Amino acid sequence: MRKWSLLVLVCSIVLLIVGCGSKKEETNNAANTTAAGNNTTANANAGDTETPAEKSYKIAISQIVEHPSLDATREGFLAALKDAGIEEGKNLTVDFNNAQGDSSNNLSIAQKIAAEKNDLVFAIATPSAQAVVQQVKDTPVVFAAVTDPLAAKIVSNLDAPGGNVTGASDTNPAATTQLFDFVAANFPNVKTVGVVINEGEENAVVMSKMAEEALSKHGIKLIKAAVTNTSEVKQAAESLVGRADAIYITLDNMVVSGVDSIIQVAQKNKLPFFSSDRDTVEKGAFATVGFKYYDHGYQAGQMAVDILKNGKKPGEIKVSMQEKLDLILNLKAADALGIKVTDEMKNAVQDQAQDIIQ
Amino acid sequence: MHAIIHSMPGAIELGLLYALMALGVYITFRILDFPDLTVDGSFTTGGAIAATMIAHGASPWLATIVACLGGCAAGIVTGLLHTKGRINGLLSGILMMIALYSINLRIMGRPNISLLGQNTIFSSLSILAFMIVAVLLILVLLNLFLKTDLGLALRATGDNARMIRSFGAHTDNTIILGISLSNGLVALSGALVAQQAGYADNSMGIGMIVIGLASVIIGEAILGARTILWATLAAVLGSIVYRIVVALALQVDWLDASDLKIITAVIVIVALIIPTAQRSWKQKHAARKRSAELAEMFAAAGGER
Repeated sequence: MRKWSLLVLVCSIVLLIVGCGSKKEETNNAANTTAAGNNTTANANAGDTETPAEKSYKIAISQIVEHPSLDATREGFLAALKDAGIEEGKNLTVDFNNAQGDSSNNLSIAQKIAAEKNDLVFAIATPSAQAVVQQVKDTPVVFAAVTDPLAAKIVSNLDAPGGNVTGASDTNPAATTQLFDFVAANFPNVKTVGVVINEGEENAVVMSKMAEEALSKHGIKLIKAAVTNTSEVKQAAESLVGRADAIYITLDNMVVSGVDSIIQVAQKNKLPFFSSDRDTVEKGAFATVGFKYYDHGYQAGQMAVDILKNGKKPGEIKVSMQEKLDLILNLKAADALGIKVTDEMKNAVQDQAQDIIQ
Repeated sequence: MHAIIHSMPGAIELGLLYALMALGVYITFRILDFPDLTVDGSFTTGGAIAATMIAHGASPWLATIVACLGGCAAGIVTGLLHTKGRINGLLSGILMMIALYSINLRIMGRPNISLLGQNTIFSSLSILAFMIVAVLLILVLLNLFLKTDLGLALRATGDNARMIRSFGAHTDNTIILGISLSNGLVALSGALVAQQAGYADNSMGIGMIVIGLASVIIGEAILGARTILWATLAAVLGSIVYRIVVALALQVDWLDASDLKIITAVIVIVALIIPTAQRSWKQKHAARKRSAELAEMFAAAGGER
């Protein structure tokens, strides 16, 4: 008997939590707030918002983990919607889910999203997109921050994906090539580049292959220092001292999380340090060819607007590659890393106001 | 409310997929009394083998069976480390778990293999129906096995190894068998989860052991563990209840996914404490009654003096 009472207790606690849970999905109408406030019905906060005169939208977001680049992607996405007149709190409800890097949560989130009615689902990063695409069949899906949508089988074709899925890929193979063209042209002493990499991360592996190809064209060797944990990043960077003439990192979530220790090692040993994302350059790497993740999310957001407002089908929208690429230099970091910045380097930057960080 | 009802089939489906893993954890944790941390690695091994074979065009059924055998092999190594290598049980599991990290990456050749659009077991079957049948089948087989002489020796090993040795059973072998069987089930679960999810990722096993333990303990708190059949059913039920709790937690906006870990911890703590608290309350109650009786007797005896 007691066992059952325990079960009832657990269930009632959970129901209580659900019942009192004030949904973030409220539109700004007072009726909804009071209903949630006095807790008379649990239905008031089950996401059924009343429709005002203009059309209101409901989207679900699935994000694998919290991380500056991925968060910026989400902000950019919502900004694009806002600029098109679809604003959270006005005519848009957003159901945001974060799996905290946990695979089984990621699956539960995808199932939950599939069970709800949404106008659109936004999936940020490869595992989230894979799980969502597997579960959600009848709602438009837009992905972002996916390095290789083809290899991840999220879409079968980049130009006309077909079905209910499209999105933005955050690699532009040209970015890696351009960066290493810049390195080869301006750093004649660099014969070996060392990459700190978590080989357990799909996008890092894909990008290091690209880097290897780009470097081999210039007769430069790429060597790897592998990590399996953020705490190993510093040691891996130190292992490159004396073996490599420059350090490079990919869009590797684990390594980016521990990037401060690489900056320390690079500064101490006067090694040029190149990254794959703008945020790291702002922190203290010397250069990258890249973009802002905010812009990347914005691009995905524009695709979502096309679907929501203009009635386009996801399958007809081309998967976008990151278009706006520019060389980004950090002059302060150059000092700390012992790099003499030449005019030639500066002239390689197109948008000098934006992309030369003093 | 409608969203909650809609998310139930999915939660039950996932619960059944992970139930096989919970059964594996039950074998090591409850039957062998061996805290086996290999699970975090062998779950991924199952997913890795199945995904790799399916991606190379193998039959999904064959891939699933080979994945299960791969888990058995990992379990055998953990068992050998513990029994023949005399390494502490917790440590041998941890060592195997970290070794499997590299092995899994070698198996897959890359960190993530997608199965979207590939022919899997679930391509032509309803996941829910198939999983109900599969879990019941495995429950029956497991219960039949645990009633054989070998199964009884396995159960006795966890209860009292010295006694079973005196009967001439070889406890090293039963331990190796138990851990191997357990990790076979865990890898089978991993293989099925990868096919349901549409991808295998080398991080898919992280935290599995905690989920397995939580499932076993929640199940026991609800159903109890009077007999083996009851206890194995409890592990399956616990896994489903765990997934339902996760699904509900996801519906609540002021709970973040990051809170799921503490929710898991709280559920397990409550499930563990309640039975103990009940027992100690009963004992205290009985002791109070007894001392009251004694006092009465004493008073009565004193009255006679």
